[in-house]
Formats: sequence, C-alpha cells, structure tokens
Amino acid sequence: MPIVTMPQLGESVTEGTVLRWLKQPGDPVALDEPLCEIETEKVNVELPSPFEGVMGRQFVAQGETVPVGAPLCEIVSSGARPGDVPVPEAPPALAPTASPSRRPASTQAVASSPAPRTDGDRRHRYTPAVLRLARLHGIDLEQIRGTGLGGRVTRKDVEAYLARAQVEAPTKGPAAPLAETAERGAPVAPAPYEVVPLSPTRRTIAERLARSAQEVPQAWTLVEVDVTELLKLRDRTAARLGRHLTLLPFVAQALCRALREHPNLNARFEAGELRRFRDVNLGIAVAAPSGLVVPVLHRAQELSIDGLARALDDLVDRARAGRLTLADVQGGTITLNNTGAFGSVASRPILNAPEVAIVTFERVVRRPVVVADDAIAIRAMANVCLTFDHRALDGHEAGAFLATLRQFIEAPTEA
Amino acid sequence: MATRERTRKARSREQRHDYLLSEAQLEEMYYYMLLARRLSERMLILNRQGRAPFVIAGAGQEAAQVGAAMALERGTDFLAPYYRDLAMNLVFGMTAREAMLNVLGKRDDPNSYGRQMPAHWSSPSRRIVTQSSVVATQLVHAVGIALGARLRGEQLVVMACCGEGATSRGDFHEALNFAAIHRLPVIFFVENNGYAISERTEKEMPVPHVADRARAYDMQAAVVDGMDCVAVYQTVKPAVDQARRGGGPWLIEAKCYRLWAHSSEDDDSRYRPRKELEEWAKKDPITVFRERVLADGIFPREDLEEIEAHVQEEVRDAVEWALAQPDPAPEDALTHVYKER
Amino acid sequence: MAEVSVLEAVRLALDEALARDERTFILGEDVEAGGVFRATEGLAAKYPGRVIDTPLAESSIVGIAIGAAHYGMRPIAEIQFADFIHAAFDQLCSEASRWCYRTRGDAWLPLVVRTPWGGGVHGGQHHSQSIEAYYAHMPGLKVVAPSFPADYRSLLLAAVEDPNPVIFLEHKRTYRLIRQELNGAPAETRIGRARIARRGGDLALYAYGLMLHECLAAAEELAAEGIECTVVDLLSLRPLDTETVLEAAKATGKVLIVHEDTLTGGFGAEIAALIAEHAFEYLDAPVRRLCGPDIPPIPYHPAMEAFFMPDRQKIAAAARDLAAY
Repeated sequence: MPIVTMPQLGESVTEGTVLRWLKQPGDPVALDEPLCEIETEKVNVELPSPFEGVMGRQFVAQGETVPVGAPLCEIVSSGARPGDVPVPEAPPALAPTASPSRRPASTQAVASSPAPRTDGDRRHRYTPAVLRLARLHGIDLEQIRGTGLGGRVTRKDVEAYLARAQVEAPTKGPAAPLAETAERGAPVAPAPYEVVPLSPTRRTIAERLARSAQEVPQAWTLVEVDVTELLKLRDRTAARLGRHLTLLPFVAQALCRALREHPNLNARFEAGELRRFRDVNLGIAVAAPSGLVVPVLHRAQELSIDGLARALDDLVDRARAGRLTLADVQGGTITLNNTGAFGSVASRPILNAPEVAIVTFERVVRRPVVVADDAIAIRAMANVCLTFDHRALDGHEAGAFLATLRQFIEAPTEA
Repeated sequence: MATRERTRKARSREQRHDYLLSEAQLEEMYYYMLLARRLSERMLILNRQGRAPFVIAGAGQEAAQVGAAMALERGTDFLAPYYRDLAMNLVFGMTAREAMLNVLGKRDDPNSYGRQMPAHWSSPSRRIVTQSSVVATQLVHAVGIALGARLRGEQLVVMACCGEGATSRGDFHEALNFAAIHRLPVIFFVENNGYAISERTEKEMPVPHVADRARAYDMQAAVVDGMDCVAVYQTVKPAVDQARRGGGPWLIEAKCYRLWAHSSEDDDSRYRPRKELEEWAKKDPITVFRERVLADGIFPREDLEEIEAHVQEEVRDAVEWALAQPDPAPEDALTHVYKER
Repeated sequence: MAEVSVLEAVRLALDEALARDERTFILGEDVEAGGVFRATEGLAAKYPGRVIDTPLAESSIVGIAIGAAHYGMRPIAEIQFADFIHAAFDQLCSEASRWCYRTRGDAWLPLVVRTPWGGGVHGGQHHSQSIEAYYAHMPGLKVVAPSFPADYRSLLLAAVEDPNPVIFLEHKRTYRLIRQELNGAPAETRIGRARIARRGGDLALYAYGLMLHECLAAAEELAAEGIECTVVDLLSLRPLDTETVLEAAKATGKVLIVHEDTLTGGFGAEIAALIAEHAFEYLDAPVRRLCGPDIPPIPYHPAMEAFFMPDRQKIAAAARDLAAY
C-alpha cells in the first residue's frame, strides 16, 4: 500500500505543516491530483499525488507539523482495504546533530592525504616530536618500547618514559622553531619575546589545570585556625624523636582524621561517577625545578606522625631530585598544599582533578585575637583554605569538614 | 612657480554668446590641452631615453577630455577616469610635477606611490577615483558612488570615462543598466578614438556609434566631435546640469582619434597606414582650437605663444624636479595591504 | 534571548548594523522581498530605501558596493549563492583587494560581501560550492567563516565595522539546522581569532562551517573510546589565527584538517604547510587532511553528494587512524 510522505521542499527545509487536506478518506485520487496543501518555511504548495487509487488513512491532522519524510497518508489501490498494511515509522527527526545527508553516509572514503603505509617494522621510525624530546632529555630511544603503529615509539611513549625516568628538562632549550614574524609576510624584525620551550611536565600541568578550571565548577572557602597548641606539640614531638619536624605531618594527620568523619571529601569525580575512597592517598604539592609536581602518599591514614614525617620528607626529596616513580604520582584522593611556605596567608588552589577537594595550609602569623571572656591574646594563627568540586559537595559539607579539621588542629592529641 | 598665472592679462569672465564660454574659460582650455600634450611628449622622450619604462598617453583626445572635465563642478563632482585621461586629471587639479612623479613611479607619487603602472590615476581629495588596468570596472564604481551620494543626500554628478573598447565588457552594460534603472547622475563619457590597441571599431561593436547602445537602456545619449573642445563642452555641460537636477544618466560619445600608438610598447605601424595618421594629424585638436580662437580674434597670437612658453617652462621644471625625487624603498612594498582602524 | 538559528543570527546582525550606522545599507538580488533564504526579511520595511534590489549582475553588485564604500557608505552586498560570486571575481581581485594598497591607504573600502556557501542541501554543481580557497588567497581581502550563531552575529557586526573588504561566508546547510542560546554563548568579536571549541590531548581537528559541527560530533564519539580531541573552530580564514593553529598542533602532535572543499589547493593545504613549517619538531604523525574529492563540486544525486561530503563517521575514522599512528 503506497504511503505518501512529507517531501523535502527546498534546500535547508527540515519540516512541513499540512495546512489543509484536499482529499478525504474514501475519495478517489488520480495521479498528480492535489492531496493537500503544505506549508514550509520557504514555500506553500499543493502536494500532487504520486499514486493513483483511493485516499486511505491520514496520519497527520490539518495544522500539524511533521518532519520531512514522515508519513502523511496512504493511497489504497482499488480492491484493497485501508488499514491492511502497518504504517512505517517516521524517520528520526533531524536533530541539530544529525548527519547532513539523508541517506546513510557512504562507506567510501573521501580523498585525504594517503594513509600511512604500515609496512612492517616501524620501531626505529622516529618523528620530529620524538627526536626533539629525546634530544632535550638525553634519552636513548632504544630503551623505549613503542606502542604506535608497527611498534613505533610515539610521543606519548616518550612522555610516559620520562615520567618514569624522571629526567629533568634542561634550563636552556633550543630556540622554538616558529619564525619570529608577528604577521605572515611581514619583514622579519627581531621579536619582542623569546619562546621558552615547555617541558613535558609543564605541558602536562598546563593541560590538566586548564581542563580542571574549565570543566569543574569550583567553590572556595577558608577558616582561621589557632595553631598555638599545635606548635607546642610539634616542639615536644621533635624533641622526643630527636629530629627536626615541620607542621606538615601534623596537618596531614589532622586531615586524615577529619576525612574519616567527612569521607565525601576523600573522593574523585571521574567517568561520570563520584568515587569515595577508603584510603586517604594524600597528594602533596611540591615545587620541583621542572614545575609543580604532586607526589602521593598512599594510605596516609595508617601512618603515625613519625611515619608521616619520614614519608613526606622522602617524597619531597625525590620530587625535587626528579626521582619519582609512576606510582608516586598516581591514585591521589585529596591534595594538600603547604602554601604558607611561600608566605601566603590565603590562596585559592585549583582542584587537582578528578579529586573533589584540595586543601592549603597557609602561613603561621602571630596575631592578636579575641579569646575567652573577650580578652585579647597573641596567638599563632594560620588559615586553612579549601577548594571543592561543587558538583560533588555543597558548602554545608565543606564547611563542616573544615570545622572538624580545625578542631583536630587546634586540639591535637599526642601523636 | 604659480601654475595658474599664465598671462599677465586679466581675462573676461563674461560668457561669449558664440562659445557659451568666457575668455577665461577658453584660455583655461587651451592651457590644459597644451600642458597635457607637452607633458606626454616629454614622458615619451624619457621613455626613449630609458628613464620611464612605460608611457601611455591621450594625444589627440585632449579636446574631448578638457571639454568634458570643465563641464563638471570641481571639488564636488567625482571623476572616474581611465589611463588616457591625463588632461582631465590636470583640469581636476593634478599638477605637472605630480604627473611626472607618476610616470617615474616615484615614492611620493600621490596617484599610487609606485604601486601601479603609470597613468593609473587617483586623488581622493580631488574626488578622482583610483582605477586598475582592468578597463570598464570603474564604470560600475562610478555608479556606486552616485548611489552612495543619493543615499547620503548629496547632490553631485559622477563622470565615468573609458575608451570604446571598454564598452564591450560586461561591466559597461551592468553599469548603464543599473544607472538607468535608478536614474543616477552618471555621465558615461566614451572617448572613441577608433582603436582598441590594434582593433578598429568594427571589430569591437556591431553598431556604428557607441551612443547607439544607450537605447537598450532607455538612456539619453549624444555623439559629439571629440576633436572640438568647445563642442564637447557645449554637449556635456547641459547633460551634466540635467543629471545634477535628477534628469538621469547620459551616454556621451566623443569621436576622437588616437594620434599616437597605444602605448610606448606598441608599434602601430603594424596596423595603421601612415596616410591615415597624416590626415588626422591635420585635425589635431590643439591646432584646431588655436586656429579657431585666432581666427575669431579671441586671443592675439602673442598670448598663445606666451602660454606655450609658460607650459614649456612648467614641464621642464616638473621633469627636473621629479627626476630628483626619491624612489620607493624595496620594503615599501609591504605596507598598507589592509587599512588599520 | 531565546535560541536562534544561524539565519536568525545573521538577520539580527544586519538589523543591528542598519540601526547603528546610517551609512550602512544592503544591496543584492531579492533582498527587498527578504532574500531567498529570508536573511533580510523585514529589513526593507524597517529601513526604507536602505535595502536595495539589484539586477541579476554579480559583478556590478560588488562593483557598485565598491563605489559606494569609496564614497563613504558601508554597503553590505549579498551574493545569492557563493557559486555565483565568480562573476565578481574581477571586481574582488582586481579592485577591492587592491584599493587600499594601490593608493597606499589614501582610499579604502569598508564593505562586506555576504554569501551562502557549502553543500549538503542537494544543491548540485552551482548551489553547493566552497569558495574560500580563491578569496582567502588574496591579500587585501578578509574572509570569515563562522560556525555558531553567536559568532555569526558578532563577526558580521565586526565585518561591517572593518574598514577593509570582508567576504562573510554563511554555510547554508546550517542556516536552520544549527541553533544556539545566545545568552552566555562565546561570541568572537575580532576577525582573525580562532576558538578552541573542545580540548583534548590526543589530536587536533581544524574545521569551519558545517564541518566544525561534524568534528564536534566525531570528537564526542571518540571521547567515549578514550581518544581526546582538540577541536579548533577557525572562524577567520584570512587573517588566520596562526598562533592558535600552531598551539593546538604543538600540544597534540597529530593534526587532521577537515573541509568540504576539494582536496588539492584547498585552504587546508595552507594550514598544513603552516603546521609543517612552524610546528615540525612537535609533529608525531604526518599532517592529515580530510576533504572533498578532486571532482567538480558537488554532484546532485544524494548518494553522490553523500560520497563527496566529509561527515562525522569519516572524520572519526580518520581520527582513529591518526590516534593509532
């Protein structure tokens, strides 16, 4: 049973409206006789019948708008009864992301530059990017296993190798190959800048931070913490252990304890899921010569102050020496940044995505504060700042966490 | 040297009934025609000396050009000339020195600063419109200017000039078509000098007169003896005045003769009989004008000789001065590709 | 403001341009009746005398615009289909592109030529062409090819204000197909800047017009497979944002340039040469182009048209090859 569908009337038209049926069910229909009036954005036309017979079922009411290709009515050939044949589904409406052609795209390839020949062994085919990295970092490319076509060593392979081998980028790299012309065709005048070559670390940092900033809604808050008691505890502990101690292991321990009560902050928002971790894998921001690096202290919640101190020292030393392993930089669940070391009293860190929280510990400053009974005392104060992923956490939760953290810092127990 | 101080005599500005022009205007006509010719002669000499690589001139067409240009209101009306229209440019204010800078492609040539071949005129302050070597494109530009002026509410006339060869191009027809539909104040002034390089007019068009084409556009037209400066003025002036008042466009064909070869690169002996040249040389428009004003007793011979001497001096000065002016530096080629805000 | 289509964005910009500056006016075929795509609908009534029908004569549409712009107006000329602009090639190449240069800036042309281009509409040989390669080649012209409605609006306004001749390309397939909420959408206001429409570290896709949307769709699909693409919306072809082009190439090391225009001598060749020359040491794979085949574009029958046009499946397939290299 022939079905008449909404025709494509004019370039770029995607739908039409049946203004008026000119034939009713049961009316005889001659070839080319007008069936209905159709209105589109561009034209109003009568639809000449492509079939001869009798008007059968009409699937679209007067005034109704349907996409191009949708069934309008059936034309019953003489002898058959309407309703014998099921109505085919209308083709899916052309959504804005639909492919431009009506037919399925041909599987023929369109012209492009010839596909790379995959003749056999490409283990020693080194691209400019790979050679450049090798030169910059003094790598023996033979040492690297290639994951590209034909065993080719790719740029990513070299970068991964670098992350593992922790080779420092030289401070003086070759000049960038981009010619110093501000406008194409302009005379080659001396440029007002020199191009600073980016180490792989720098590039990775740039990319990850940009993505974090762009993709994650980040909110920030801070609390003031009285660390006077903590300082005393630190001094006592240092004396007992017979070594120098910073505040960092104490803050780290307080953080782990606070996370036990607020586990939602020990989480990663990745692959569309909010994953809450059992272990606190604490990332510590370290300023290494090649750039910011965040080695991870795994299962930090299990460590004592002594253990934390030793582990932190080790991580920081190896980070600065460029001797971190891949395991050292993976699997973090929350990051701590000791920004106070630079003198900062408040800072707004960018999330180390996909972690949902990052905490800073700011500079300790002796200040007059109001204490019990409205008296004024000089106390050692430090701000603790928190940036969090607002998709995963609300201000309420974040604030509660900080309140807990503050308690642990202000009233520390003997380690 | 003051270039407008030609004779010591004050000329009457009263219109002579026989010429529809005053003595002052007639003197101006003679001066401009002569200046154009003497400049062109000097340019050709420079070319033959190897000092000016390319020369293209309007010798034989000075009367048509000066008669037409003087019918316009300088400072208000626009002129879209073509490469032979040196005389028109002079009427519109270009100096002899500028003309020499132009042929030498000097750095400070205001027409194109060494960027176009010589005789590609331009002077926005004088309302002379820049043109390329592609003939007839300027006719459409002229129409656009007239349209713009109408939208702005400014009353003016645009004169667009070309040779008869250009009237074969599509842009000629598109320009006339549009100007006629919208009754724009454009004077299409065609200097039919009988030759498009080597091709005579029968190869260029099926009708005897370019002006016949106006009928296809329902446009007013006229044919005039382009070797007679006064006749050209008397034909063009009323048309200009009518167009200015909203009477619509005109196609005016001035029948001239190209006394010289197409350009310094053309050897016209290949296609032009010597006899024909000799015949037409007798009808040299400058000679014709001189004889006429002498015969009619408008000016005594000494006055005309004085103008001649003045022009010679002006040309000599212009050449000497221009030759001493700087050439463009090679890197000058790089600037002004785009207009910065 | 509600969601608008590309066409509505163009109309908005034209309306704004005519409202802001009395020197602007529109000329072209059928513009008084609204234009064959309705781009100028309502404007003739709203701005009497400033939307002017021309005869069927593209050379003079551009030539008259040149004259009017020289005089001091700001004409916006419409060429009904980009396929017909070639009749005005002379006026664009010999005149418009050189006007400022040959007078060393004494004269200049603040004019816009806007025209619908591109395939995917069963337009056949003369309603489907890409023209950017010819005109982006001319120093003195500017060529703009947006993809999103917000950019269409902001860049058309920028083109009107530019003292140079600008060819403004409107992809006809996207006129009604692509819609965007203008509020909050990024809108480039400077001709000569590109935008990173999507960031990803594995490879960079470069496109404009309809193909930009196909690239975004392909990138979405590829992300689910673990291949992260940077997609560069070029926006302007001349001047080209060479800095952004090179930045994306250097960051990824693998590039795929996509355009509908035929392969050989297409604009993608310019981008490829730029990248090969200035990002050579960052390349981890050959520079690839995915374009229309070298046949006169575009044959009419839908099957042949689909064969001709790049689309998201073809783009994704090429990207996978590149990622695996």
